[in-house]
Amino acid sequence: MSFATRGFSGRRRAPDDRLPPGQTLVQDWPVLSAGPTPHVDTADWEFTIRDETGDDHRWTWDELLALGAEDVTLDIHCVTHWSKLDMPWRGVSLDKLFENVESEHEFVMAHSYGGYTTNLPLEDLLDGKAWIATEAEGEPLDPEHGGPARLLVPHLYFWKSAKWIRGLTMMPSNDPGFWEQYGYHIYGDPWKEERYW
Amino acid sequence: MSAQPVAPLRRSRPRPAWHVASVVETRPETPTAARLILDVPTWPGSDAGSHVDLRLTAPDGYQASRSYSIASSTPAGRVVLAIDELPDGEVSPFLVRELRPGDKLELHGPLGAFFVWRPGESRRPVQLIGGGSGVVPLYAMAAAHGAGDDPSPFRLLYSVRTPADVFFADELAALAGQAFGLDLVYTREAPDGWPDAAGRLTRETLAARTIPAEQRPSVYVCGSTGFVEAVASWLQDLGHSATDIHTERYGGL
Repeated sequence: MSFATRGFSGRRRAPDDRLPPGQTLVQDWPVLSAGPTPHVDTADWEFTIRDETGDDHRWTWDELLALGAEDVTLDIHCVTHWSKLDMPWRGVSLDKLFENVESEHEFVMAHSYGGYTTNLPLEDLLDGKAWIATEAEGEPLDPEHGGPARLLVPHLYFWKSAKWIRGLTMMPSNDPGFWEQYGYHIYGDPWKEERYW
Repeated sequence: MSAQPVAPLRRSRPRPAWHVASVVETRPETPTAARLILDVPTWPGSDAGSHVDLRLTAPDGYQASRSYSIASSTPAGRVVLAIDELPDGEVSPFLVRELRPGDKLELHGPLGAFFVWRPGESRRPVQLIGGGSGVVPLYAMAAAHGAGDDPSPFRLLYSVRTPADVFFADELAALAGQAFGLDLVYTREAPDGWPDAAGRLTRETLAARTIPAEQRPSVYVCGSTGFVEAVASWLQDLGHSATDIHTERYGGL
């Protein structure tokens, strides 16, 4: 139903086919969150994957890093219409964390320090598509941006990349997380503009 | 995005949808901001604090979308936005300077079911804390409170550069009274005769001019990231629970 608004021409940059529909390129890194920023010391930080047997797979900060972090350069897309391209990140691939996790369940609820949750299909976390990120743009992650560690799932809108990540719980159905219960899309593919439901 | 307990699903709120809006009036709100009064016949109404995605299309099909808080809205009627011009912005300078009555644009909404206040839902007092144009969704809450008979005590602490930069100055002054406390902090220039020197909001001022933590207010904070980070951290120092603090930030686009 789109129509032109009189007088608007916009200030587009050269078209970039890496920019999903409805997104605008930013150079800075905006911050969005629903509540106060938790401050978690890496000495106290722990990451847990819980499967349906109740078994916890648990890592301390040093144990996480000992799995081997990798440097990746990727694009991130926020549901509030900004994208950042070619952003350098460092993190541990979730393939390494899931190596010894046996589960029949196909969905995951990500839990954060502070209580935030977001739901994802397990397959979106595997095969080199997701990380526990500890650095961005060459620096340790600021608490504002989810430090000490956040989930990084760049092919989905960025609210799925839970800040202050604390653990993942396997679940049999795709139950909605925090923003998903407040009307945001259950999956969140930026290329299909899956912003809201 | 972060950090709150999960609330039960609410299915009663209007589903977001695309709407065509016609500009009824635009007028200066502050030296850098404009108030847009839009006619949106299909609008379903919205909770105070929610926002819209506003989309502009150029003649060649190029589109730009931005999110803006709703200052007020009525079903099948008016949607009021207040837009601050971002220096070097792409969309806000157009909205603030170029838009005229009769122009049409697209809105997607209402959006956001978390940073909202609904009359009659809770008896807890409400403390609003706004910085600059971050006051817009808070003004919507204060106006919704003023328009109904919800007995919750309301208070707004509003940090603003100068008297000329106050959004909804007349409306806020008219709402102020027994049920709604209005506290202004001027950061650059205070009015003549103002008891406090102009200066940035401090933790001491925050403590003195807000509902104390013992009364368990629901707190809504909106402003720049620096403002929100500082205020949310002070609120926790003052004894407010993280789960009572709702935050929203502007900026980035």
